Amino acid sequence: MDVLRRNHVTVTGNPAGRTVVLAHGFGCDQNMWRLTLPALTASYRVVLFDYVGCGRSELSAFDEERYSTLDGYARDVTEVCEALDLRDAVFVGHSVSAMVGVLAARLAPERIGALIMVAPSPRYIDDEGYRGGFSADDIDELLVSLESNYLGWSATMAPAIMGNPDRPELGKELTNSFCATDPAMARVFARTTFLSDSRDDLKSVSVPTLVLECTNDVIAPREVGAFVHACIPGSTLVTLDATGHCPHLSAPEATNEAIVAFLEQPR
Amino acid sequence: MTGPVTDPAFVALLEDSAEELYENAPCGYLSTMMDGTIAKINATLLGWLGLEREAVVGRMRFSDLLTVGGRLYHETHFAPLLRMQGTINGIALELRAAGGERMPVLASSALRYGEAGEPLLVRTTVFDARERRAYEEELLRARRDAEESARHAIADRARLQDALAVLQRSLLPDSLPGVPGMESAAYYHAASPDQLGGDFYDVFGIDGKRWAFFLGDVCGKGPQAAALTSLTRYTLRAAALHDPDPLSALATLNTALLERYTHDDPRYCTAVFGVLEPDPDAGVVTVHLAAGGHPPALVARADGTCDCLPTPGGMLVGLLPEPRFTAATTVLGPGDSLVLYTDGITEARTGSDRTTLYGDEALRTFVARRAGASPRSLVEAMTGLLRSFGAGLDDDTALLVLGATAK
Repeated sequence: MDVLRRNHVTVTGNPAGRTVVLAHGFGCDQNMWRLTLPALTASYRVVLFDYVGCGRSELSAFDEERYSTLDGYARDVTEVCEALDLRDAVFVGHSVSAMVGVLAARLAPERIGALIMVAPSPRYIDDEGYRGGFSADDIDELLVSLESNYLGWSATMAPAIMGNPDRPELGKELTNSFCATDPAMARVFARTTFLSDSRDDLKSVSVPTLVLECTNDVIAPREVGAFVHACIPGSTLVTLDATGHCPHLSAPEATNEAIVAFLEQPR
Repeated sequence: MTGPVTDPAFVALLEDSAEELYENAPCGYLSTMMDGTIAKINATLLGWLGLEREAVVGRMRFSDLLTVGGRLYHETHFAPLLRMQGTINGIALELRAAGGERMPVLASSALRYGEAGEPLLVRTTVFDARERRAYEEELLRARRDAEESARHAIADRARLQDALAVLQRSLLPDSLPGVPGMESAAYYHAASPDQLGGDFYDVFGIDGKRWAFFLGDVCGKGPQAAALTSLTRYTLRAAALHDPDPLSALATLNTALLERYTHDDPRYCTAVFGVLEPDPDAGVVTVHLAAGGHPPALVARADGTCDCLPTPGGMLVGLLPEPRFTAATTVLGPGDSLVLYTDGITEARTGSDRTTLYGDEALRTFVARRAGASPRSLVEAMTGLLRSFGAGLDDDTALLVLGATAK
């Protein structure tokens, strides 16, 4: 199995620079990093990929059992790192991918030398003494929402893309990525994401870590950001003046600034 | 005069206020700032939500109006796509009204950009989708049912194919017996994993000095053909032990098939049956065979020639009470091979439009080019030929090559 093809791996940027791996979260694919890329490519070698079941990955490689745990997604990361023989790379994970990065760094410590966690949450469902922001019923409701948009998903996107004549390059990638997402695979990813509990894994992080949270994120509220920061020894927490769960899209300048500042820190 | 207003100019006067149209349009209108805070909302949407304008404008975000599941969906799909595309159309969400009741809607949004191209605000229209959602749920249910049925069908098919493969193997010999001074090789191609094939072959010892072989093709496919194959195979085996004369063996099979199958359901086959008499001292094998309705065997000689062993006029086995079968004899010298096949190979469709049959002569030429090769090499070459036909090979095919060992 050609991992680079399986995960639709793209390598760009400065070949002489330190490698930065950008990992998308649930509901997205590597296109989500488009506004981050320009800030990195001059100085860093940037690796983008899609998890199996997302974007333009090889859907035939999807295995429901493997991708029913975050470890399955973490193995995608370590296998991509191995295929490119990365050493001491910086792993930037959005949303659930931030936790996938924690697991991957533990599986392959020589390959991942730093973590940037964008809007992370180790557990989305409330628990005793912990507020993740959601109840188990809420997650079921999300699965229903996914299903409601299951019938018309590709048909829905097409006109939206057609109505975007001034930026056709966006449309092309989106039709290919979002429309290709198999609803059954999206459902597995949603369940794995929102039903996981990785709080105990945070303690295992031993690499320099940056935690980026947003001022107003309904998916990862600020107390979750504080929790992640508190659990990872020596981590840095930066609160971005951004609304929503995707600061790399809604506040790209501030997000890029924080990422670059962390990358430029002397090691 | 009273009655319906029909004058277009008068109707236009009735609808002269854009503001009134905005407020009371049959859809919800909503404008939010880039952080989601609601800046403007129309009366229709407020009515659906059961909320007062003062409680909403500047105080709530669009995602606050959604159910929690809808909010998750909004954050993970809707909002990022809107940012990337500038517009998003017809996404199914659910509003949560003040009283707690839910209302399915279809939402579309577009970004409004400033002069420098920076996004300023999000305009959203919200359509009542209660009836549509009920219909879609029906469709979804039907789709889930169909998927479930498809899963069952796939599993059933796999089970059936497994069972058929076992049954198919039971109709063929596990391995060919060793015959002194001879090599043999066989291949069976089943046209479909969903159907039992109707071709058969076998090689077995008679009395320590002689070995019998047969190969043929029963009419039809599927379970009926398999039952016929089974009967044919065991009848020929029993007949050979009783009287190994090839003509007698085919006659016995003819009688058995006529007895077993009635006029309403005639079942017949083509077959070539023969006896091998190896003479290891001389290094030669004498072959006596007879054929009924079957394409002639090929004899590939060690000197590089290949000829038919004609069995003209042999009739289908099991069709008529007084059939005629044709016998032939040949002697295989060292490196000579007898090549038996069913018509799947000669009737494979070739050519770009797949309308030309491969043909007897082409097969003879193909074998002639490889004459002198071992039976195993010949079968491998012919198997490669079968593969090269691709979709043009649509029938079962049996190959059996019996050769006198080369010196």
